[in-house]
Amino acid sequence: MKVALFATCIGDVMFPQAPQATVHLLERLGCEVVFPESQACCGQMHVNTGYYPEALPIIRNHVDAFRPALDGEWDAIVAPSGSCVGSLRHQAALVAEDQGDMPLARAAAKLAERTFDLPELLVYEMGLEDVGAYFPHRVTYHTTCHSLRVAREGDAPLRLLRAVDGIDYVPLPDADICCGFGGTFSLKNPETSSSMLTDKMKNILSTDAEILVAGDYSCIMNIAGGLQRIRSGIRSMHLAEVLAGTKEQPWNAPATTTKVGV
Amino acid sequence: MECSGNNHEGRRVMIDSIEKLADKLNLNPAAWQETSVEENELGWAPGHPIPEDPLRWGDSFPEGAKKTLQNTQMRRNLGYATTKIRTKRNTRVEEMPDWEELREAASNIKRNVAAHQVELLEQFEENVAARGGIVHWARDGAEANKIAYEIVASKGVDEVVKVKSMATQEINFNEYLGARGIQAWETDLAEMIVQLSDDMPSHIVVPAIHRNRAEVKAIFEARMGDAPEGMGNEPRELAMAARAHLRKKFLSAKVAISGANLGVADSGTLSVFESEGNGRMCLTLPDTLITVMGIEKIVPSYDDIEVFSQLLPRSATGERMNPYTSFWTGVTPDDGPQEFHLILLDNGRTNVLADPVGREALKCIRCGACMNICPVYQHVGGHAYNSVYPGPIGAILTPQLIGAFDHHDPAASLPFASSLCGACYDACPVKIDIPTILVHLRHRYTEANRGGIPSGWDIGMKASSKVMSSGELMDTAGKAMPAGNFVAGPDHKIGHIPLPVVKNWTFVRDVPAPPRQNFRSWWKEREAAGEPSAQAAPASSVGPATERTTSTEGQAQ
Repeated sequence: MKVALFATCIGDVMFPQAPQATVHLLERLGCEVVFPESQACCGQMHVNTGYYPEALPIIRNHVDAFRPALDGEWDAIVAPSGSCVGSLRHQAALVAEDQGDMPLARAAAKLAERTFDLPELLVYEMGLEDVGAYFPHRVTYHTTCHSLRVAREGDAPLRLLRAVDGIDYVPLPDADICCGFGGTFSLKNPETSSSMLTDKMKNILSTDAEILVAGDYSCIMNIAGGLQRIRSGIRSMHLAEVLAGTKEQPWNAPATTTKVGV
Repeated sequence: MECSGNNHEGRRVMIDSIEKLADKLNLNPAAWQETSVEENELGWAPGHPIPEDPLRWGDSFPEGAKKTLQNTQMRRNLGYATTKIRTKRNTRVEEMPDWEELREAASNIKRNVAAHQVELLEQFEENVAARGGIVHWARDGAEANKIAYEIVASKGVDEVVKVKSMATQEINFNEYLGARGIQAWETDLAEMIVQLSDDMPSHIVVPAIHRNRAEVKAIFEARMGDAPEGMGNEPRELAMAARAHLRKKFLSAKVAISGANLGVADSGTLSVFESEGNGRMCLTLPDTLITVMGIEKIVPSYDDIEVFSQLLPRSATGERMNPYTSFWTGVTPDDGPQEFHLILLDNGRTNVLADPVGREALKCIRCGACMNICPVYQHVGGHAYNSVYPGPIGAILTPQLIGAFDHHDPAASLPFASSLCGACYDACPVKIDIPTILVHLRHRYTEANRGGIPSGWDIGMKASSKVMSSGELMDTAGKAMPAGNFVAGPDHKIGHIPLPVVKNWTFVRDVPAPPRQNFRSWWKEREAAGEPSAQAAPASSVGPATERTTSTEGQAQ
């Protein structure tokens, strides 16, 4: 399977360990991974903050960067983010249409059909649950809102997590309730956002987990930032980082990245 | 001792000068405790004062939330109650094999209503009139209040009983009548609690959801006038006290005021869905009934009731069927009210109808499921929204009803009062895609405020749009990120930074040190080293595609 990687903007500049682990995992599973270099961002931040005209060139750039997928050059596009995938599925065409660019809207809609969050690609497209990963740690999993209610991934991430060898997985109470991030919501409504974050952290602490795992580094940035501020001693990681390594060949993020929450 | 005397003197001088300075700066710590003083005197936390405009109370959402988040009792009450209703609702929804089909049907019925609003209203008017009802049209709250007041005044009464109604809540109906010497008694238990405590509702179905039983007891004892001696705070005792209090009102009232859950165009029938029986009393005992109905409450045909009577109680209170559902069509001789007035209220609804995306908000059947599921609402409560329509639906309805898009308008902050988590859309029985409408209204807000001095957001979004629409510029940005390591220091983290906007993030969260290498550079290095292991090993592990679970509860653990 030939897969084009959409690293996402936050994965590219802030948390490269997510796309790095994705590359490692997919190659380990026999996929060929390519990285179209003109890619940048899906445009979700601009859309969700209400800046449609500013979002349009971002969406156009994304569609142009991944257009070869429409000609069958790649079998799928994968991103380590349910939120970005959700936005591409639900918003890209809608905003292009609102801004009067119908050809772009059509291309965006077509492209969205071939774009998957990592767990979707693994479970629904490749038919995998056990990816041969080994991760002997106590972890809990935050179900990100957009993977669940926008991308509609179902329980794919949990199926993958449960199949990991050596894992001590503890279900997170109220896992499907928002962590309070919400993009620019966290800046426009800081008091409300932080009280939602506190509830999320309370539930995470109750699991006594060593590592909080989620499928989106934007949510992780919020949750891990809070866990770090209170010196909780809980690390945070992307699901791809948990799935990347095997017992024989553990995966460690390059030293140039930062361990999150430590 | 001399030295302690000196210290004493020194402290006095210091406090004096601080007080003088505070005076100059117009700071008065005593005034900041006004709420606490009031709370001590009342025996319950004072609620929200009655505003002049029920759809725009004065504060923006962030200001309102900042206040309500400090009310720990309210947060506890709300957390308890919303969780309870939500759990009940889930049980009653999960047992329905055709829930999704019902939602779809309801959504389509309501879309059909929006598409034929005028014809349906005219048909409804005709049928109500044919059965002896008198129909009035009100463009706004002022007209509706005036029409209703004139009818009440013509009956020579000084009090009326009321069925819980959002339409009358929305237009300050009680206050309008009160100012003209007519007392409107709320007969719904929770509305009564709100009314007795000079408060505002904080939920559209359970308006006193922010109160617990101890507060209710205190309010009854202080304000009801006939609370029984030695009344405890058991729900049953409180309900019995309210029952006895209200019974007298029902038996003496000559005029009743109601809203309507549905108005059926092809028969002229109206209906009220309720739990306590107070509605049935109001709708049957008095001689005159005045119903104020929002024009979007119309459904085309009597058969449509089947759909909504399954969706509404399950979504609102987690019941298969609500205890009292009343239907009435015009006037029935010698049975029930002999004079029936219907006031059809616009009050901004046609503004909503004019927006092809936003008009979906008019499908709302006021069940409150979106509030009960919303993590934002659950934390801040209804008063933070500064409108009688709080929660997710309020955040899309209020600004549209009053046309609040200017950044000076406090209600224009409402579409931003959501983390866009999407829980409301999944809970909505009429499938209002609230997150999409919130984003659409943010877009309208942005466009409405262009042209003047650009805000920090305008500048930031414009600049980042350039960078984020180019792989090359993202690379440049990514390569600049390591500079952040100097801020982060050897601990690899950035703590509190008291700068505008940045402080909103860092006041409760650390930021990890940025990576010393962006992903792109890593990828290029790897390619240059000829590393890509695209030596595609035969995809032996790849099996047949697994079916996707589309259930939104899919990941609940």
